Amino acid sequence: MKNKYKIIILGITIVIIFILFLRVLNSNKTYQPNQMIGKKIPEFILEDLLNKNTKLDSNILSGKDFAILNIWASWCIPCRIEHPFLMDLKDKNQINIIGLNYKDESMNAKNFLKKYGNPYSLIGIDKKGEVAIQLGAYGVPETYVLKRGKIIFKHIGPLNEDAVNKILELKK
Amino acid sequence: MKKFIFIIIFFILSSNVFSANEELKNKIYKNIRCIVCQGQSIYESNSDFAIDLKKLISKKLDNGENEKQIYEFLISRYGEWIVFNPGLNLNSLALWLLPLLIFMIGGFLIFRLNNKEKK
Repeated sequence: MKNKYKIIILGITIVIIFILFLRVLNSNKTYQPNQMIGKKIPEFILEDLLNKNTKLDSNILSGKDFAILNIWASWCIPCRIEHPFLMDLKDKNQINIIGLNYKDESMNAKNFLKKYGNPYSLIGIDKKGEVAIQLGAYGVPETYVLKRGKIIFKHIGPLNEDAVNKILELKK
Repeated sequence: MKKFIFIIIFFILSSNVFSANEELKNKIYKNIRCIVCQGQSIYESNSDFAIDLKKLISKKLDNGENEKQIYEFLISRYGEWIVFNPGLNLNSLALWLLPLLIFMIGGFLIFRLNNKEKK
């Protein structure tokens, strides 16, 4: 009888250890880009690139029903690839796009917009890249879709047709 | 003379505070994963991302935030993956408790065997 109990307890212990190991084995061990999804956009106030008297305040974003926040820089080659997608989102789909100019020279950024067009309604200057870290970004370009100030989707890397379709779907 | 001694004491004390702060900084840097590098901490990396994080951590420490608050901030932005030393949560429970459990079972078995031999 005693032996029977021992076997049962041993069996239960093995099963518990097995479940614990299985949990750890299946847990996510890579960078989780979805960490910020569902969270409110962090608070920040930045100077606007094109108008010194205007500020990009994160509270403005909280008031918007649907907006895109795009992290870009003039020195970033993939940003040039995604730029036509941003122009289309603005011109064809009337989506409000806000830019975050990441560790850039203002002159170069302005020249970039002159050459490729300006899809942004406001552009915050993130000279030290601190706001990008607040947003959980780790490079350029990155795009956040915001609904009433809440991050509902994030795309890492240059926008492509799939990402644009996803954004348009989210807007519906 | 008194002034001179005072200056020397002040210098020694301030350099101690400075090195303690540097030690804490380095300890945090070594525990933060550079997620754009391959298996490196931000302490070892000179990538843009690592440099930015180091600057931000240093600034946060200067503003009076403690080690725990910095880890919490980074985990909230980049997930548990960013720290090399994971905290106690449901996923890391086995990692923390199993050595203790095995140690206790081993101790119990040795105790039982000892008792049996005595009898």
